[in-house]
Amino acid sequence: MLAKRIIPCLDVKDGQTVKGTNFVNLRQAGDPVALGKAYSEQGADELVFLDITASHEGRKTFATMVTRVAAELSIPFTVGGGIGALADVDTMLSAGADKVSVNSAALRRPALIDEISNHFGSQVCVVAIDARCRADGKWECYLNGGRIPTGRTLFDWAHEAQERGAGEILFTSMNHDGVKNGFANDALRQLADTLTIPVIASGGAGAKEHFRDVFAIGHADAALAASVFHFGEIPIPELKHYLHQEGINVRLTD
Amino acid sequence: MQVAIVQYNAGNIYSVIHALKRLGVEPQLTDDAAALRSADRVLFPGQGEARQAMSYLREHGLDSVIASLRQPVLGICIGQQLMCSHSEEGDTTCLGIFDEQVRRFQPQRHEDKVPHMGWNQLHFDDSRERCPLFHGIDEGAYVYFVHSYYVPLCQATAAKTDYITPYSAALWHNNFYATQFHPEKSGAVGEHILRNFLEL
Repeated sequence: MLAKRIIPCLDVKDGQTVKGTNFVNLRQAGDPVALGKAYSEQGADELVFLDITASHEGRKTFATMVTRVAAELSIPFTVGGGIGALADVDTMLSAGADKVSVNSAALRRPALIDEISNHFGSQVCVVAIDARCRADGKWECYLNGGRIPTGRTLFDWAHEAQERGAGEILFTSMNHDGVKNGFANDALRQLADTLTIPVIASGGAGAKEHFRDVFAIGHADAALAASVFHFGEIPIPELKHYLHQEGINVRLTD
Repeated sequence: MQVAIVQYNAGNIYSVIHALKRLGVEPQLTDDAAALRSADRVLFPGQGEARQAMSYLREHGLDSVIASLRQPVLGICIGQQLMCSHSEEGDTTCLGIFDEQVRRFQPQRHEDKVPHMGWNQLHFDDSRERCPLFHGIDEGAYVYFVHSYYVPLCQATAAKTDYITPYSAALWHNNFYATQFHPEKSGAVGEHILRNFLEL
């Protein structure tokens, strides 16, 4: 059976992971490659490296890091952050990334999704969406890491992205992100049940039960989290064994 | 050991190169017929579209070279599909090393998403000789897939996977081996399979 995927997300700034300093038993947790390898050995199914650098120098450092990740890791990985043009995608894929995620640039210029999927195949194109549930119950998409509201609704945009050739949707609920009280299961279920491409859930992981619920109730294909993994709050092998016991199909590696 | 990777217009072969390097092999990426013929092992990997890939192989005379190789050859993903006789993708005539038809997945339920992407399990038929590629690999081991077309179960099936329908996760006939999944992206299991190929 196709396994539900567990995906740690690493934020990278100037070639170093941020928030990754408390990783259990790992001296070089600041090094994205060492941290990525540790996750891979623990049974992570994929990894996401998000470049949160603003400077040109930092971007070059990131591309170098991607090359090192590709050389040392034997599981698929996605890179995102600052990808705005086909040339950026080419750089990342040539460095060895398997997929790229696009967010604000695609909202500003949706044709970017068509271009990526036509040139490289839809399987490389992950469309990341940050959305917030408003008081009126509508989910609204935001630009620039959640700073600028767009007036577009989550479901609208996710379906347009799929039509344009997105291979996966990575949905982050801004209401749930950082709260550690569970994923946005209702919205996720609505996405997963109406889209024909996989949905990656992000935002809200705080306990093992939240992962069970995001698969069982939210119908997500994959779940992404950062701090619960980085701070060793939920070790991946323990999480996977728990999910397996709960009847969720996961890849056990030990 | 000389390991050659067929150079053609299919994308993302970096991960195969890296995976071989991790196993201590420095592969040669080439479209030169003599280099391919003299290598100890040949890998035929790639992601891409069948029709364009086949046109390129024919224009460069690589179609007959690949089909006539005598050493162990490993096709990966689109490589496996191109080694069959025909693909529904672009109604393409392929190399014909395996006399099989490549079909497109037909979703039966909403959960049947295409492409089939992610980690899925290998199953082996114990009543048949285990393909040496899978020596030491556990029944039910997980490997990584990304594809929309598949090879049905057949005489050459060396491992099967169930997604929408049971199908060939790997093929084997004489010196020709092929996997639909990506061993180079399949963690420790994939590394074991690649090492088995190098040690054939």
